[in-house]
Amino acid sequence: MSVLESGPVSDALIITWRNLKRIPRIPELAIFAVLQSIMFVLLFAYVFGGAIPLPGGGSYNEFLMPGIFVQTIAFASATTAIGVADDMGKGLIDRFRSLPMARSAVLTGRTVADVIYQAGILVVLMLAGLVVGWRVNNGFAKFMFAVVLLLAFAYVMAWIGVWIGLSVPNTETAQQLTFVTIFPLTFISNVFVPPASLPAVLQPIAEWNPVSTLTASCRELFGNPNPTIGTAFPSQHPIEVTIIWAIVLIAIFAPLAVRKYRNTSR
Amino acid sequence: MSNAIEAEQLVKIYKAKRGSQEVRALDGVNLSVPEGTVLGLLGPNGAGKTTTVRILTTLLRPDGGKATVGGFDVVEQSKDVRRIIGLSGQYAAVDENLTGWENLYMFGRLYELPKSETKKRVDELLEQFNLTDAGARTIKTYSGGMRRRLDLAGALIGHPKILFLDEPTTGLDPRSRLAMWDVIRGLVSDGTTLLLTTQYLEEADELADKIAVVDNGTIIAKGTSDELKAQVGGERVEVVLADGSRLAEAATLLEPLSVGEIEREERTRRIVCPSRGGSKKVIAAAQILDDHGIEVEDIALRRPSLDDVFLTLTGRRAEEIDSDDEDGDVA
Ligand SMILES: Nc1ncnc2c1ncn2[C@@H]1O[C@H](COP(=O)(O)OP(=O)(O)OP(=O)(O)O)[C@@H](O)[C@H]1O
Ligand SMILES: [Mg+2]
Repeated sequence: MSVLESGPVSDALIITWRNLKRIPRIPELAIFAVLQSIMFVLLFAYVFGGAIPLPGGGSYNEFLMPGIFVQTIAFASATTAIGVADDMGKGLIDRFRSLPMARSAVLTGRTVADVIYQAGILVVLMLAGLVVGWRVNNGFAKFMFAVVLLLAFAYVMAWIGVWIGLSVPNTETAQQLTFVTIFPLTFISNVFVPPASLPAVLQPIAEWNPVSTLTASCRELFGNPNPTIGTAFPSQHPIEVTIIWAIVLIAIFAPLAVRKYRNTSR
Repeated sequence: MSNAIEAEQLVKIYKAKRGSQEVRALDGVNLSVPEGTVLGLLGPNGAGKTTTVRILTTLLRPDGGKATVGGFDVVEQSKDVRRIIGLSGQYAAVDENLTGWENLYMFGRLYELPKSETKKRVDELLEQFNLTDAGARTIKTYSGGMRRRLDLAGALIGHPKILFLDEPTTGLDPRSRLAMWDVIRGLVSDGTTLLLTTQYLEEADELADKIAVVDNGTIIAKGTSDELKAQVGGERVEVVLADGSRLAEAATLLEPLSVGEIEREERTRRIVCPSRGGSKKVIAAAQILDDHGIEVEDIALRRPSLDDVFLTLTGRRAEEIDSDDEDGDVA
Protein backbone atom coordinates (compact mmCIF):
# COMPACT_ATOMS: atom_id res chain seq x y z
CA MET A 1 0.00 0.00 0.00
CA SER A 2 2.88 2.37 0.60
CA VAL A 3 3.35 2.89 -3.15
CA LEU A 4 -0.17 4.24 -3.17
CA GLU A 5 0.40 6.52 -0.19
CA SER A 6 3.17 8.59 -1.71
CA GLY A 7 5.72 8.55 -4.49
CA PRO A 8 5.46 8.73 -8.27
CA VAL A 9 2.68 6.16 -8.62
CA SER A 10 0.52 7.78 -5.98
CA ASP A 11 1.14 11.20 -7.52
CA ALA A 12 0.22 9.97 -10.98
CA LEU A 13 -2.95 8.39 -9.59
CA ILE A 14 -3.96 11.67 -7.96
CA ILE A 15 -3.48 13.52 -11.21
CA THR A 16 -5.40 10.82 -13.07
CA TRP A 17 -8.20 11.16 -10.53
CA ARG A 18 -8.21 14.90 -10.97
CA ASN A 19 -8.40 14.65 -14.76
CA LEU A 20 -11.18 12.08 -14.66
CA LYS A 21 -13.19 14.18 -12.20
CA ARG A 22 -13.56 16.94 -14.71
CA ILE A 23 -15.08 14.77 -17.43
CA PRO A 24 -18.61 14.57 -15.98
CA ARG A 25 -18.31 18.20 -14.90
CA ILE A 26 -17.76 19.43 -18.43
CA PRO A 27 -20.10 17.01 -20.20
CA GLU A 28 -20.08 19.20 -23.33
CA LEU A 29 -16.59 17.97 -24.12
CA ALA A 30 -17.50 14.29 -24.22
CA ILE A 31 -20.83 14.95 -25.88
CA PHE A 32 -19.26 16.98 -28.68
CA ALA A 33 -16.49 14.44 -29.17
CA VAL A 34 -19.09 11.69 -29.65
CA LEU A 35 -21.42 13.87 -31.72
CA GLN A 36 -18.62 14.88 -34.04
CA SER A 37 -17.78 11.23 -34.70
CA ILE A 38 -21.41 10.29 -35.17
CA MET A 39 -21.76 13.13 -37.64
CA PHE A 40 -18.93 11.63 -39.68
CA VAL A 41 -20.61 8.23 -39.48
CA LEU A 42 -23.89 9.65 -40.76
CA LEU A 43 -22.18 11.73 -43.42
CA PHE A 44 -20.15 8.88 -44.85
CA ALA A 45 -22.55 6.04 -44.19
CA TYR A 46 -25.57 7.72 -45.71
CA VAL A 47 -24.37 10.64 -47.87
CA PHE A 48 -21.04 9.71 -49.51
CA GLY A 49 -20.92 6.01 -48.70
CA GLY A 50 -23.24 4.98 -51.50
CA ALA A 51 -20.84 6.51 -54.02
CA ILE A 52 -17.77 4.74 -52.65
CA PRO A 53 -17.43 1.23 -54.08
CA LEU A 54 -15.38 -1.24 -52.05
CA PRO A 55 -13.08 -3.40 -54.15
CA GLY A 56 -13.90 -6.94 -53.12
CA GLY A 57 -17.33 -5.92 -51.95
CA GLY A 58 -18.70 -5.89 -48.40
CA SER A 59 -20.66 -3.44 -46.32
CA TYR A 60 -19.43 0.16 -46.45
CA ASN A 61 -20.65 0.77 -42.91
CA GLU A 62 -18.62 -2.16 -41.61
CA PHE A 63 -15.64 -0.76 -43.50
CA LEU A 64 -16.24 2.73 -42.12
CA MET A 65 -16.58 2.12 -38.39
CA PRO A 66 -13.00 1.03 -37.56
CA GLY A 67 -11.83 4.14 -39.42
CA ILE A 68 -14.17 6.27 -37.30
CA PHE A 69 -12.76 4.75 -34.11
CA VAL A 70 -9.24 5.60 -35.20
CA GLN A 71 -10.19 9.07 -36.38
CA THR A 72 -11.87 9.84 -33.07
CA ILE A 73 -8.82 8.74 -31.15
CA ALA A 74 -6.53 10.74 -33.38
CA PHE A 75 -8.58 13.86 -32.75
CA ALA A 76 -8.54 13.18 -29.03
CA SER A 77 -5.00 14.55 -28.96
CA ALA A 78 -6.65 17.94 -29.36
CA THR A 79 -8.54 17.42 -26.10
CA THR A 80 -5.29 16.58 -24.38
CA ALA A 81 -3.46 19.52 -25.91
CA ILE A 82 -6.23 21.94 -24.94
CA GLY A 83 -6.36 20.56 -21.40
CA VAL A 84 -2.63 20.92 -20.93
CA ALA A 85 -2.55 24.40 -22.45
CA ASP A 86 -5.41 25.35 -20.13
CA ASP A 87 -3.51 24.08 -17.08
CA MET A 88 -0.50 26.10 -18.18
CA GLY A 89 -2.55 29.23 -18.69
CA LYS A 90 -4.32 28.91 -15.36
CA GLY A 91 -1.00 28.53 -13.54
CA LEU A 92 -1.82 25.01 -12.37
CA ILE A 93 1.28 23.56 -13.96
CA ASP A 94 3.33 26.06 -11.98
CA ARG A 95 1.56 25.06 -8.82
CA PHE A 96 2.32 21.40 -9.49
CA ARG A 97 5.91 22.29 -10.22
CA SER A 98 6.17 24.01 -6.84
CA LEU A 99 5.04 20.86 -4.99
CA PRO A 100 7.37 18.06 -3.91
CA MET A 101 5.57 15.66 -6.25
CA ALA A 102 7.14 13.44 -8.88
CA ARG A 103 7.53 15.59 -11.96
CA SER A 104 6.57 12.71 -14.23
CA ALA A 105 3.19 12.44 -12.54
CA VAL A 106 1.56 15.46 -14.14
CA LEU A 107 2.11 14.02 -17.60
CA THR A 108 1.55 10.34 -16.92
CA GLY A 109 -1.57 11.14 -14.90
CA ARG A 110 -2.89 13.25 -17.74
CA THR A 111 -2.20 10.67 -20.46
CA VAL A 112 -3.59 7.76 -18.46
CA ALA A 113 -6.77 9.71 -17.70
CA ASP A 114 -7.16 10.59 -21.35
CA VAL A 115 -6.88 6.95 -22.38
CA ILE A 116 -9.57 5.99 -19.87
CA TYR A 117 -11.73 8.79 -21.26
CA GLN A 118 -11.14 7.56 -24.82
CA ALA A 119 -12.09 4.05 -23.77
CA GLY A 120 -15.45 5.43 -22.66
CA ILE A 121 -15.94 7.27 -25.94
CA LEU A 122 -14.98 4.12 -27.83
CA VAL A 123 -17.70 2.15 -26.07
CA VAL A 124 -20.31 4.70 -27.10
CA LEU A 125 -19.06 4.72 -30.69
CA MET A 126 -19.06 0.92 -30.89
CA LEU A 127 -22.67 0.87 -29.75
CA ALA A 128 -23.46 3.48 -32.38
CA GLY A 129 -21.60 1.30 -34.90
CA LEU A 130 -23.71 -1.71 -34.06
CA VAL A 131 -26.79 0.38 -34.80
CA VAL A 132 -25.59 1.27 -38.33
CA GLY A 133 -24.61 -2.30 -39.14
CA TRP A 134 -21.00 -2.66 -37.96
CA ARG A 135 -20.24 -6.19 -36.72
CA VAL A 136 -17.40 -8.05 -34.98
CA ASN A 137 -16.87 -11.19 -37.03
CA ASN A 138 -13.66 -12.73 -35.73
CA GLY A 139 -14.35 -13.56 -32.11
CA PHE A 140 -13.59 -12.02 -28.76
CA ALA A 141 -9.80 -12.48 -28.58
CA LYS A 142 -9.15 -10.60 -31.80
CA PHE A 143 -11.70 -7.99 -30.82
CA MET A 144 -9.82 -7.38 -27.58
CA PHE A 145 -6.53 -7.22 -29.44
CA ALA A 146 -7.96 -4.48 -31.65
CA VAL A 147 -9.21 -2.60 -28.59
CA VAL A 148 -5.76 -2.80 -27.03
CA LEU A 149 -4.21 -1.44 -30.23
CA LEU A 150 -6.74 1.39 -30.28
CA LEU A 151 -6.04 2.32 -26.67
CA ALA A 152 -2.29 2.08 -27.18
CA PHE A 153 -2.71 4.49 -30.06
CA ALA A 154 -4.82 6.71 -27.81
CA TYR A 155 -1.93 6.74 -25.34
CA VAL A 156 0.51 7.73 -28.06
CA MET A 157 -1.81 10.49 -29.27
CA ALA A 158 -2.19 11.74 -25.68
CA TRP A 159 1.58 12.20 -25.43
CA ILE A 160 1.62 14.09 -28.71
CA GLY A 161 -1.21 16.19 -27.33
CA VAL A 162 0.75 16.88 -24.13
CA TRP A 163 3.73 18.00 -26.12
CA ILE A 164 1.61 20.32 -28.27
CA GLY A 165 -0.21 21.66 -25.21
CA LEU A 166 3.07 22.53 -23.51
CA SER A 167 4.49 24.11 -26.65
CA VAL A 168 1.72 26.54 -27.57
CA PRO A 169 0.92 29.84 -25.89
CA ASN A 170 -2.81 29.25 -25.34
CA THR A 171 -5.74 26.88 -25.76
CA GLU A 172 -6.89 28.34 -29.08
CA THR A 173 -3.53 27.63 -30.68
CA ALA A 174 -3.53 24.16 -29.15
CA GLN A 175 -6.87 23.45 -30.79
CA GLN A 176 -5.92 24.86 -34.17
CA LEU A 177 -2.51 23.23 -34.29
CA THR A 178 -3.82 19.75 -33.53
CA PHE A 179 -6.65 20.10 -36.04
CA VAL A 180 -4.42 21.18 -38.89
CA THR A 181 -2.08 18.27 -38.27
CA ILE A 182 -4.68 15.59 -37.57
CA PHE A 183 -7.09 16.44 -40.39
CA PRO A 184 -4.70 15.60 -43.23
CA LEU A 185 -3.61 12.49 -41.35
CA THR A 186 -7.17 11.15 -41.29
CA PHE A 187 -8.03 12.19 -44.85
CA ILE A 188 -4.88 10.95 -46.55
CA SER A 189 -5.64 7.50 -45.23
CA ASN A 190 -7.91 4.51 -45.68
CA VAL A 191 -10.41 5.81 -43.11
CA PHE A 192 -13.17 6.88 -45.50
CA VAL A 193 -12.18 5.46 -48.86
CA PRO A 194 -10.29 2.41 -50.09
CA PRO A 195 -6.66 3.55 -50.40
CA ALA A 196 -6.50 2.51 -54.05
CA SER A 197 -8.99 5.24 -54.94
CA LEU A 198 -6.62 7.99 -53.70
CA PRO A 199 -4.41 9.92 -56.19
CA ALA A 200 -1.26 7.94 -56.90
CA VAL A 201 1.07 10.49 -55.28
CA LEU A 202 -0.79 10.22 -52.00
CA GLN A 203 -0.95 6.45 -51.95
CA PRO A 204 2.45 5.80 -50.33
CA ILE A 205 1.62 8.34 -47.61
CA ALA A 206 -1.77 6.77 -47.06
CA GLU A 207 -0.18 3.36 -46.87
CA TRP A 208 2.42 4.20 -44.25
CA ASN A 209 0.22 6.61 -42.32
CA PRO A 210 -0.23 5.17 -38.81
CA VAL A 211 -3.90 6.10 -38.99
CA SER A 212 -4.19 3.76 -42.00
CA THR A 213 -2.19 0.91 -40.55
CA LEU A 214 -4.20 1.01 -37.33
CA THR A 215 -7.47 1.17 -39.27
CA ALA A 216 -6.40 -1.76 -41.43
CA SER A 217 -5.36 -3.68 -38.32
CA CYS A 218 -8.75 -3.14 -36.74
CA ARG A 219 -10.59 -4.12 -39.90
CA GLU A 220 -8.54 -7.29 -40.08
CA LEU A 221 -9.08 -8.12 -36.42
CA PHE A 222 -12.80 -7.29 -36.43
CA GLY A 223 -13.24 -9.19 -39.70
CA ASN A 224 -14.53 -6.11 -41.54
CA PRO A 225 -13.95 -5.39 -45.25
CA ASN A 226 -10.30 -4.42 -45.62
CA PRO A 227 -9.39 -3.49 -49.19
CA THR A 228 -5.66 -2.82 -49.50
CA ILE A 229 -3.56 -1.26 -52.22
CA GLY A 230 -1.65 -4.41 -52.95
CA THR A 231 1.52 -6.00 -51.87
CA ALA A 232 3.19 -3.10 -50.12
CA PHE A 233 4.66 -3.98 -46.72
CA PRO A 234 2.31 -1.92 -44.50
CA SER A 235 -0.69 -3.33 -46.35
CA GLN A 236 0.53 -6.85 -45.76
CA HIS A 237 1.55 -6.39 -42.13
CA PRO A 238 -0.63 -3.61 -40.72
CA ILE A 239 -0.49 -4.87 -37.13
CA GLU A 240 3.29 -5.07 -36.98
CA VAL A 241 3.68 -1.67 -38.60
CA THR A 242 1.15 -0.18 -36.18
CA ILE A 243 3.04 -1.52 -33.18
CA ILE A 244 6.30 -0.16 -34.53
CA TRP A 245 4.66 3.20 -35.16
CA ALA A 246 3.37 3.31 -31.59
CA ILE A 247 6.80 2.54 -30.17
CA VAL A 248 8.55 5.04 -32.41
CA LEU A 249 6.08 7.83 -31.77
CA ILE A 250 6.09 7.40 -28.02
CA ALA A 251 9.88 7.21 -28.02
CA ILE A 252 9.93 10.58 -29.76
CA PHE A 253 7.10 12.47 -28.13
CA ALA A 254 7.22 11.31 -24.51
CA PRO A 255 10.80 12.54 -23.99
CA LEU A 256 10.01 15.73 -25.93
CA ALA A 257 7.02 16.37 -23.69
CA VAL A 258 8.92 15.61 -20.52
CA ARG A 259 11.73 17.93 -21.53
CA LYS A 260 9.29 20.66 -22.42
CA TYR A 261 7.59 20.21 -19.05
CA ARG A 262 10.84 20.47 -17.16
CA ASN A 263 11.79 23.63 -18.97
CA THR A 264 8.45 25.40 -19.03
CA SER A 265 8.79 29.01 -18.01
CA ARG A 266 12.43 28.62 -17.21
CA MET B 1 20.16 32.70 13.84
CA SER B 2 20.37 31.17 10.40
CA ASN B 3 18.72 32.55 7.32
CA ALA B 4 15.73 30.74 5.93
CA ILE B 5 16.08 32.53 2.62
CA GLU B 6 19.29 33.80 1.08
CA ALA B 7 19.76 35.28 -2.32
CA GLU B 8 22.99 36.58 -3.71
CA GLN B 9 23.27 38.64 -6.84
CA LEU B 10 20.28 37.03 -8.53
CA VAL B 11 20.03 37.85 -12.21
CA LYS B 12 17.19 36.91 -14.51
CA ILE B 13 17.05 37.75 -18.15
CA TYR B 14 13.91 36.97 -20.12
CA LYS B 15 14.93 36.16 -23.65
CA ALA B 16 13.63 38.29 -26.44
CA LYS B 17 10.59 36.79 -28.09
CA ARG B 18 8.76 37.78 -31.22
CA GLY B 19 7.86 41.42 -30.88
CA SER B 20 9.49 41.86 -27.49
CA GLN B 21 12.95 42.82 -26.35
CA GLU B 22 15.17 41.04 -23.91
CA VAL B 23 14.22 42.02 -20.37
CA ARG B 24 16.71 42.13 -17.53
CA ALA B 25 14.07 41.45 -14.90
CA LEU B 26 16.50 40.97 -12.03
CA ASP B 27 19.82 42.68 -11.96
CA GLY B 28 21.64 41.52 -8.86
CA VAL B 29 19.06 40.97 -6.13
CA ASN B 30 20.39 40.29 -2.63
CA LEU B 31 18.08 39.15 0.12
CA SER B 32 18.38 37.46 3.44
CA VAL B 33 15.44 36.49 5.58
CA PRO B 34 16.21 35.15 9.06
CA GLU B 35 14.18 32.17 10.21
CA GLY B 36 10.80 33.03 11.65
CA THR B 37 10.69 36.57 10.27
CA VAL B 38 8.67 38.29 7.58
CA LEU B 39 10.21 40.09 4.66
CA GLY B 40 7.98 42.37 2.65
CA LEU B 41 9.06 42.80 -0.94
CA LEU B 42 7.68 46.10 -2.06
CA GLY B 43 7.85 47.51 -5.54
CA PRO B 44 5.94 49.00 -8.44
CA ASN B 45 4.59 46.97 -11.36
CA GLY B 46 7.30 45.21 -13.26
CA ALA B 47 9.88 45.70 -10.53
CA GLY B 48 10.77 42.01 -10.40
CA LYS B 49 8.85 40.80 -7.35
CA THR B 50 7.17 37.85 -9.02
CA THR B 51 10.38 36.91 -10.80
CA THR B 52 12.21 36.81 -7.46
CA VAL B 53 9.51 34.65 -5.91
CA ARG B 54 9.52 32.29 -8.88
CA ILE B 55 13.27 31.79 -8.65
CA LEU B 56 13.14 31.16 -4.91
CA THR B 57 10.32 28.64 -5.33
CA THR B 58 12.29 26.72 -8.00
CA LEU B 59 9.91 27.61 -10.85
CA LEU B 60 12.46 29.68 -12.67
CA ARG B 61 16.17 29.14 -13.09
CA PRO B 62 18.29 32.23 -12.39
CA ASP B 63 20.71 33.35 -15.09
CA GLY B 64 23.15 34.49 -12.46
CA GLY B 65 23.69 34.44 -8.73
CA LYS B 66 22.75 31.89 -6.15
CA ALA B 67 19.91 31.33 -3.74
CA THR B 68 19.18 28.97 -0.91
CA VAL B 69 15.88 28.30 0.80
CA GLY B 70 15.98 26.45 4.10
CA GLY B 71 19.64 25.81 3.41
CA PHE B 72 18.94 24.06 0.11
CA ASP B 73 20.13 25.42 -3.21
CA VAL B 74 17.13 26.35 -5.35
CA VAL B 75 18.72 24.97 -8.51
CA GLU B 76 20.71 21.97 -7.30
CA GLN B 77 18.36 20.79 -4.53
CA SER B 78 15.05 21.95 -5.88
CA LYS B 79 13.10 18.97 -4.64
CA ASP B 80 14.29 19.50 -1.07
CA VAL B 81 13.26 23.13 -1.38
CA ARG B 82 9.80 22.15 -2.61
CA ARG B 83 9.29 19.92 0.45
CA ILE B 84 9.55 22.81 2.89
CA ILE B 85 7.92 25.67 1.04
CA GLY B 86 4.40 26.80 0.37
CA LEU B 87 3.61 29.10 -2.54
CA SER B 88 0.65 31.18 -3.41
CA GLY B 89 1.31 32.90 -6.70
CA GLN B 90 0.08 36.25 -7.88
CA TYR B 91 -2.87 34.68 -9.68
CA ALA B 92 -4.94 31.99 -8.01
CA ALA B 93 -3.88 28.62 -9.45
CA VAL B 94 -6.64 26.18 -8.65
CA ASP B 95 -8.48 23.60 -10.72
CA GLU B 96 -11.70 25.16 -11.96
CA ASN B 97 -13.44 21.83 -12.35
CA LEU B 98 -12.73 20.47 -8.91
CA THR B 99 -14.47 21.53 -5.73
CA GLY B 100 -12.63 23.50 -3.09
CA TRP B 101 -12.33 20.38 -1.00
CA GLU B 102 -10.99 18.32 -3.90
CA ASN B 103 -8.43 20.96 -4.81
CA LEU B 104 -7.00 21.05 -1.32
CA TYR B 105 -7.08 17.27 -1.08
CA MET B 106 -5.15 17.01 -4.32
CA PHE B 107 -2.52 19.51 -3.19
CA GLY B 108 -2.20 17.78 0.18
CA ARG B 109 -1.68 14.37 -1.37
CA LEU B 110 0.85 15.78 -3.82
CA TYR B 111 2.56 17.33 -0.84
CA GLU B 112 3.12 13.77 0.35
CA LEU B 113 0.68 13.94 3.26
CA PRO B 114 -1.01 10.64 4.11
CA LYS B 115 -4.66 10.31 3.11
CA SER B 116 -6.31 10.55 6.51
CA GLU B 117 -4.14 13.45 7.57
CA THR B 118 -4.87 15.25 4.32
CA LYS B 119 -8.61 14.96 4.87
CA LYS B 120 -8.34 16.38 8.36
CA ARG B 121 -6.14 19.20 7.21
CA VAL B 122 -8.46 20.09 4.33
CA ASP B 123 -11.44 20.45 6.65
CA GLU B 124 -9.34 22.51 9.02
CA LEU B 125 -8.19 24.90 6.29
CA LEU B 126 -11.64 25.30 4.75
CA GLU B 127 -12.89 26.28 8.17
CA GLN B 128 -10.00 28.64 8.78
CA PHE B 129 -10.56 30.40 5.47
CA ASN B 130 -14.27 30.58 5.88
CA LEU B 131 -14.92 28.26 2.95
CA THR B 132 -16.51 25.31 4.69
CA ASP B 133 -19.84 25.77 2.91
CA ALA B 134 -18.23 26.51 -0.43
CA GLY B 135 -15.95 23.50 -0.09
CA ALA B 136 -18.39 21.25 -1.87
CA ARG B 137 -18.82 23.54 -4.89
CA THR B 138 -16.62 23.62 -7.97
CA ILE B 139 -14.25 26.57 -8.22
CA LYS B 140 -16.10 27.81 -11.30
CA THR B 141 -18.77 29.09 -8.94
CA TYR B 142 -16.31 30.92 -6.69
CA SER B 143 -15.79 34.67 -6.61
CA GLY B 144 -12.31 36.06 -7.16
CA GLY B 145 -11.75 36.54 -3.45
CA MET B 146 -12.86 32.99 -2.66
CA ARG B 147 -10.41 31.61 -5.23
CA ARG B 148 -7.69 33.70 -3.72
CA ARG B 149 -8.42 32.35 -0.26
CA LEU B 150 -8.53 28.78 -1.50
CA ASP B 151 -5.23 29.30 -3.27
CA LEU B 152 -3.71 30.51 -0.04
CA ALA B 153 -5.15 27.56 1.84
CA GLY B 154 -3.48 25.36 -0.78
CA ALA B 155 -0.14 26.94 0.03
CA LEU B 156 -0.55 26.09 3.70
CA ILE B 157 -1.67 22.51 3.31
CA GLY B 158 1.68 20.92 4.11
CA HIS B 159 2.51 23.14 7.10
CA PRO B 160 5.39 24.69 5.18
CA LYS B 161 8.26 26.12 7.19
CA ILE B 162 8.85 28.80 4.60
CA LEU B 163 6.02 30.52 2.85
CA PHE B 164 5.99 32.66 -0.28
CA LEU B 165 2.98 34.82 -0.90
CA ASP B 166 2.87 36.90 -4.07
CA GLU B 167 0.40 39.71 -3.49
CA PRO B 168 -1.79 37.60 -1.20
CA THR B 169 -4.49 40.16 -0.60
CA THR B 170 -4.84 41.69 -4.05
CA GLY B 171 -8.49 41.45 -4.95
CA LEU B 172 -9.74 40.83 -1.44
CA ASP B 173 -12.34 43.05 0.16
CA PRO B 174 -11.29 44.92 3.31
CA ARG B 175 -12.79 42.38 5.66
CA SER B 176 -11.17 39.42 3.93
CA ARG B 177 -7.93 41.33 3.88
CA LEU B 178 -8.02 41.84 7.63
CA ALA B 179 -8.91 38.17 8.10
CA MET B 180 -6.00 37.21 5.87
CA TRP B 181 -3.66 39.36 7.88
CA ASP B 182 -4.80 37.55 11.00
CA VAL B 183 -4.10 34.21 9.40
CA ILE B 184 -0.68 35.37 8.30
CA ARG B 185 0.15 36.76 11.75
CA GLY B 186 -0.89 33.44 13.26
CA LEU B 187 1.44 31.55 10.95
CA VAL B 188 4.31 33.84 11.72
CA SER B 189 3.79 33.51 15.46
CA ASP B 190 4.02 29.76 14.95
CA GLY B 191 7.48 30.26 13.52
CA THR B 192 6.83 30.26 9.77
CA THR B 193 9.24 32.32 7.72
CA LEU B 194 7.41 34.47 5.21
CA LEU B 195 8.36 36.31 2.08
CA LEU B 196 5.51 38.48 1.00
CA THR B 197 5.23 40.73 -2.01
CA THR B 198 2.75 43.49 -2.01
CA GLN B 199 1.73 46.73 -3.59
CA TYR B 200 -0.03 47.78 -0.41
CA LEU B 201 2.35 49.71 1.68
CA GLU B 202 0.04 49.44 4.61
CA GLU B 203 0.24 45.68 4.32
CA ALA B 204 4.02 45.64 4.41
CA ASP B 205 3.84 48.00 7.38
CA GLU B 206 1.39 45.70 9.18
CA LEU B 207 3.00 42.36 8.52
CA ALA B 208 6.64 42.67 7.69
CA ASP B 209 9.57 42.79 10.08
CA LYS B 210 11.81 44.01 7.29
CA ILE B 211 10.94 45.61 4.02
CA ALA B 212 12.95 45.51 0.83
CA VAL B 213 11.99 48.00 -1.83
CA VAL B 214 12.69 46.65 -5.29
CA ASP B 215 12.68 48.64 -8.49
CA ASN B 216 14.00 47.78 -11.94
CA GLY B 217 15.34 44.47 -10.75
CA THR B 218 17.41 45.67 -7.84
CA ILE B 219 16.83 46.28 -4.16
CA ILE B 220 16.98 50.02 -3.73
CA ALA B 221 16.29 50.18 0.02
CA LYS B 222 16.08 47.78 2.90
CA GLY B 223 15.14 48.07 6.54
CA THR B 224 12.32 48.16 9.05
CA SER B 225 9.46 50.40 8.15
CA ASP B 226 10.65 52.96 10.70
CA GLU B 227 14.12 52.97 9.20
CA LEU B 228 12.71 53.49 5.74
CA LYS B 229 10.47 56.29 6.93
CA ALA B 230 13.40 57.95 8.60
CA GLN B 231 15.18 57.93 5.25
CA VAL B 232 12.59 60.17 3.69
CA GLY B 233 12.26 62.62 6.53
CA GLY B 234 10.65 63.11 9.89
CA GLU B 235 7.30 64.26 11.15
CA ARG B 236 5.55 67.49 10.30
CA VAL B 237 2.61 69.59 11.35
CA GLU B 238 0.14 70.35 8.60
CA VAL B 239 -2.29 73.22 8.92
CA VAL B 240 -5.11 74.16 6.58
CA LEU B 241 -6.41 77.69 6.98
CA ALA B 242 -9.94 78.87 6.41
CA ASP B 243 -8.68 82.05 4.77
CA GLY B 244 -5.95 81.58 2.19
CA SER B 245 -4.93 85.25 2.24
CA ARG B 246 -3.38 84.83 5.70
CA LEU B 247 -1.08 82.02 4.63
CA ALA B 248 2.12 84.08 4.68
CA GLU B 249 1.30 85.57 8.06
CA ALA B 250 0.60 82.16 9.56
CA ALA B 251 3.79 80.72 8.14
CA THR B 252 5.84 83.44 9.80
CA LEU B 253 4.08 82.85 13.11
CA LEU B 254 4.87 79.14 13.01
CA GLU B 255 8.52 79.73 12.19
CA PRO B 256 9.73 79.20 15.81
CA LEU B 257 8.11 75.76 15.95
CA SER B 258 9.69 74.53 12.77
CA VAL B 259 12.89 72.54 12.48
CA GLY B 260 13.20 73.09 8.74
CA GLU B 261 11.86 75.06 5.88
CA ILE B 262 8.13 75.72 6.01
CA GLU B 263 6.22 74.94 2.84
CA ARG B 264 3.18 76.87 1.70
CA GLU B 265 0.60 75.58 -0.76
CA GLU B 266 -1.58 78.49 -1.86
CA ARG B 267 -4.14 76.45 -3.69
CA THR B 268 -4.96 74.15 -0.81
CA ARG B 269 -4.40 76.85 1.85
CA ARG B 270 -1.95 74.50 3.50
CA ILE B 271 1.19 75.00 5.55
CA VAL B 272 3.59 72.12 6.07
CA CYS B 273 5.91 72.64 8.97
CA PRO B 274 8.69 70.12 9.70
CA SER B 275 8.65 69.50 13.44
CA ARG B 276 9.96 67.41 16.26
CA GLY B 277 8.16 66.72 19.52
CA GLY B 278 4.92 65.04 18.51
CA SER B 279 1.47 66.30 19.38
CA LYS B 280 2.70 69.06 21.70
CA LYS B 281 3.73 70.97 18.62
CA VAL B 282 0.27 70.65 17.18
CA ILE B 283 -1.27 72.15 20.30
CA ALA B 284 1.30 74.92 20.33
CA ALA B 285 0.67 75.71 16.66
CA ALA B 286 -3.09 75.78 17.18
CA GLN B 287 -2.61 78.08 20.16
CA ILE B 288 -0.43 80.56 18.28
CA LEU B 289 -2.78 80.77 15.32
CA ASP B 290 -5.81 81.13 17.57
CA ASP B 291 -4.10 83.93 19.52
CA HIS B 292 -3.74 85.84 16.27
CA GLY B 293 -7.27 85.21 15.18
CA ILE B 294 -6.36 83.00 12.25
CA GLU B 295 -9.08 80.46 11.72
CA VAL B 296 -7.83 76.92 11.33
CA GLU B 297 -9.84 74.49 9.28
CA ASP B 298 -7.69 71.46 9.88
CA ILE B 299 -4.54 70.76 11.79
CA ALA B 300 -2.72 67.47 12.12
CA LEU B 301 0.55 65.78 12.87
CA ARG B 302 1.82 63.74 9.95
CA ARG B 303 4.47 61.09 9.98
CA PRO B 304 5.77 59.88 6.65
CA SER B 305 3.80 56.91 5.47
CA LEU B 306 5.33 54.05 3.60
CA ASP B 307 3.60 55.61 0.62
CA ASP B 308 5.93 58.56 0.93
CA VAL B 309 8.84 56.14 1.18
CA PHE B 310 7.68 54.23 -1.84
CA LEU B 311 7.11 57.29 -3.96
CA THR B 312 10.30 58.97 -2.93
CA LEU B 313 12.46 55.92 -3.43
CA THR B 314 10.98 54.65 -6.64
CA GLY B 315 10.34 58.10 -8.01
CA ARG B 316 7.03 57.01 -9.34
CA ARG B 317 3.47 57.09 -8.20
CA ALA B 318 2.31 54.06 -6.30
CA GLU B 319 -1.20 54.50 -7.54
CA GLU B 320 -2.87 56.27 -10.38
CA ILE B 321 -5.26 57.96 -7.97
CA ASP B 322 -5.07 61.69 -8.29
CA SER B 323 -4.09 63.06 -4.90
CA ASP B 324 -6.18 66.17 -5.59
CA ASP B 325 -9.23 64.06 -4.88
CA GLU B 326 -8.87 64.76 -1.20
CA ASP B 327 -9.76 68.41 -1.79
CA GLY B 328 -13.27 67.13 -2.03
CA ASP B 329 -14.68 69.56 -4.55
CA VAL B 330 -17.35 67.06 -5.43
CA ALA B 331 -20.67 68.81 -5.75
N1 LIG C 1 7.67 35.44 -19.00
C1 LIG C 1 8.21 36.65 -19.21
N2 LIG C 1 8.76 36.94 -20.41
C2 LIG C 1 9.30 38.15 -20.64
N3 LIG C 1 9.35 39.14 -19.74
C3 LIG C 1 8.83 38.92 -18.53
C4 LIG C 1 8.21 37.67 -18.21
N4 LIG C 1 7.78 37.74 -16.93
C5 LIG C 1 8.09 38.97 -16.48
N5 LIG C 1 8.73 39.69 -17.43
C6 LIG C 1 9.26 41.06 -17.29
O1 LIG C 1 10.13 41.08 -16.19
C7 LIG C 1 9.97 42.26 -15.42
C8 LIG C 1 9.65 41.89 -13.98
O2 LIG C 1 8.38 41.24 -13.94
P1 LIG C 1 7.74 40.70 -12.60
O3 LIG C 1 6.55 39.92 -12.99
O4 LIG C 1 8.77 40.03 -11.79
O5 LIG C 1 7.29 42.06 -11.90
P2 LIG C 1 6.43 42.29 -10.59
O6 LIG C 1 7.26 43.11 -9.68
O7 LIG C 1 5.92 41.00 -10.06
O8 LIG C 1 5.26 43.19 -11.15
P3 LIG C 1 3.69 43.23 -10.75
O9 LIG C 1 3.59 44.13 -9.58
O10 LIG C 1 3.07 43.86 -11.94
O11 LIG C 1 3.24 41.85 -10.50
C9 LIG C 1 8.89 43.06 -16.11
O12 LIG C 1 9.53 44.01 -16.92
C10 LIG C 1 8.18 42.06 -16.96
O13 LIG C 1 7.69 42.67 -18.14
MG1 LIG D 1 4.07 40.21 -9.78
